[in-house]
Amino acid sequence: MKQLSLEKLNDLFALIGQTEALYLPVDDAAGQAAYRRWQPGYTLSKALNTVRSAKDFFFPQTENLVDFKMQGKSIEVIDPRTEQENFVLFGVRACDARSFSILDKVFLADPVDTYYQSRREHGTIVTLACTRPEETCFCTVFGIDPAEPAGDVSCWIEENTLFMKANTPKGDALLTLAAPLLSEGGDDAVAAQQAATRSVLARLPLAKLSLDGMGGESMLKLFDSDKWAELSQACIGCGTCTFVCPTCQCYDIKDFNTGDGVRRFRCWDSCMYSDFTRMAHGNPRLTQRERFRQRFMHKLVYFPANNHGEYGCVGCGRCLSKCPVSMNIVKVAKALEGEVK
Amino acid sequence: MQEMMIAKARELLKSGAVQRVLGWKAGEFAYDVEPAVFESAQELEKSFVYNDFCGSNLSKYLIAQSRKEGKTLVFLKPCDTYSFSQLLAEHRIVRENVYAIGIPCQGKTDGETLKGKGFTGILSAQCEGDTFTVHTLYGDKTAARADVLPERCLNCKSKKHMIYDELLGEDGEVLDSHRFDMVEKLEKMTPDERFAFWRGELSRCIRCNACRNVCPACTCEKCVFDNDASGIAQKAAADSFEENMFHIIRAFHVAGRCTDCGECSRVCPQNIPLHLLNRKFIKDINELYGAYQAGEDPDAKSPLTDYTMNDAEPGIVYHRGGNQ
Amino acid sequence: MQNEMTTFKPKIVAFCCNWCSYAGADLAGTNRLTYPADVKIIRVPCSCRVNPMFILRAFQRGADGVIICGCHPGDCHYTTGNYYARRRMTLLFSMLDFLGIEKERTRVEWVSAAEGAKFAATMNDFVATVTKLGENKRLEDLRCKK
Repeated sequence: MKQLSLEKLNDLFALIGQTEALYLPVDDAAGQAAYRRWQPGYTLSKALNTVRSAKDFFFPQTENLVDFKMQGKSIEVIDPRTEQENFVLFGVRACDARSFSILDKVFLADPVDTYYQSRREHGTIVTLACTRPEETCFCTVFGIDPAEPAGDVSCWIEENTLFMKANTPKGDALLTLAAPLLSEGGDDAVAAQQAATRSVLARLPLAKLSLDGMGGESMLKLFDSDKWAELSQACIGCGTCTFVCPTCQCYDIKDFNTGDGVRRFRCWDSCMYSDFTRMAHGNPRLTQRERFRQRFMHKLVYFPANNHGEYGCVGCGRCLSKCPVSMNIVKVAKALEGEVK
Repeated sequence: MQEMMIAKARELLKSGAVQRVLGWKAGEFAYDVEPAVFESAQELEKSFVYNDFCGSNLSKYLIAQSRKEGKTLVFLKPCDTYSFSQLLAEHRIVRENVYAIGIPCQGKTDGETLKGKGFTGILSAQCEGDTFTVHTLYGDKTAARADVLPERCLNCKSKKHMIYDELLGEDGEVLDSHRFDMVEKLEKMTPDERFAFWRGELSRCIRCNACRNVCPACTCEKCVFDNDASGIAQKAAADSFEENMFHIIRAFHVAGRCTDCGECSRVCPQNIPLHLLNRKFIKDINELYGAYQAGEDPDAKSPLTDYTMNDAEPGIVYHRGGNQ
Repeated sequence: MQNEMTTFKPKIVAFCCNWCSYAGADLAGTNRLTYPADVKIIRVPCSCRVNPMFILRAFQRGADGVIICGCHPGDCHYTTGNYYARRRMTLLFSMLDFLGIEKERTRVEWVSAAEGAKFAATMNDFVATVTKLGENKRLEDLRCKK
């Protein structure tokens, strides 16, 4: 375990920022946390988490795939990718850190998504332990311990000290870089903080959320459940839940006519949208009920069925606080509980 | 009030006067109240609520509900009645299938607003008189009502119901509000400052379309931004231009029809003050074409489907208001 | 920089109504009146056919200024179209200004079929105004830049 006085936190950021792009949560104009590239004067946000998840760094909302330039009768095909720079993501919470392993299962499975892969390879993830979880948090349901977050480096902030521990070779390299600022010690302080945090975790209102019976074995039963009509009734079909979600990974590929060529890009899609997976024959999900069902079936049933029981949710609670009509995965899971018993 | 509403709803359901009730349903926490349809007395008893978190405007749901067989009972707060009246004027709601009950409103807060004021780990929240008591994982805290109300309620334009079949509680008055203060403040800035302000705000947009989908004035069956054939369909803002375009067009399309209910800003996950764009149009309309409040008079012509021979020329923009 | 300023030629999109302003442009042509060739005219049935989206898209596609020309109020071929256009454009321009976008980049001018000289003078004046403002940076779409 390494430690650093918080007074020197900016020195640490400056040191990392010198050699790599450093991103960390800072407060935006509306007072909410958002990842920004560090520059002198920025301070780490005190918010529990960012509104947008950390998936943006590996799977950005829009991304150029290929450019076509037309000249006369010839078409030039241009790969717009430039050399990906190394970057450090500081202050990722345990829930978002888990989301990367879920996204990996999608994008790094054969055929590998090289755009995503390149970003993953160049990113170093520095996680930060939670000390004040909120009522919307339920990461522990998925076996995540926010007091012992994963990532290349795990950090804890206690009183005036930052404690750091490397978990991977990438993490070792970062701590070696920061070595001039760091000193040894802090195991006891971290253990004490973890004990305190875990006592709060046990008191979280959603700590006992049960997902028993979800997963592939009850697929048809859940699919045909008549609960969906009632659950989806208030849904306004916006994309808030999908866009703040750290594990939603559906995207669309679009062409933009630039005037002298075509820019092919991908952008996040939302299963809540009426044109989601629209094809030549039309749309397979005609009403909001089916689209709404798709989102939750994907997270609670299809994903675990295809990935050894791992759910497509990390319990970050973003959809709980952001949904315009306060509908969310917890309400859905609770409503469906009776269906699979 | 909640008890009165449940009793009324039960009575109307029982007599067969209405087939369903559109109201608000309790959630997991104190604040995550969700719009819901109730079809039986049991459902009402179980989860119907009316409290300080019932901010969502139910009028847009009537577009679908009023097309179902039988009557729908709906509870409308004063500002919701403006939207209801406007939707009726636009022939979006089947009036004879709606039984509207006006209910009073003292301003509604929401979980996001409480969290923004530093209440984290909210387990429950009650309001007695003018004091909110919030029980959190980290201790109990109190706050004055006025301190935890969102901007739209602090600048409430009216406590008067525009249209209803029945009223529970007393009707209020149209209020003098300061709702255009921020618009004025922006107008006084230089164009560079305004540009910087709006870039700072709109660049946070994640194009979730919540502002559009929740808006009672946005009722196109197929939005131009969802229509591939329109040539400007966007699923995400791939360029800052698209952020600007979406928000200009969204606000323009509801200009003259927007009742200023403030739902767009309430639902924005990035807390972008979208209502300012709508209020700019309202303020301009008031100044240039005479005072007009959408949803107030169902027979009034909307300012953008009307004209006079002596209207101001567009060139007036070069001279009026704003810093040059 | 100086050199760039002097060689900057703005791209202007002019929406002209079929009945008055387009004919006015025609008259300017037959009278051999000159105005910059960077004005691209798009003929519309009426000034009120111009959707705010058209104006934004013109900027997106590289326009530095957009001007809408229609019949004089009272003379609309469809009787009242330009009255509606007048309100819409006033509100739109005001909104663009509210967002900090240079209001001088947009203009409405009433040009009748007999006003060839006014058409040419209007275009010359508008091009001069936009040239002074320089390239459109605030409503540009970088993807459309060459």
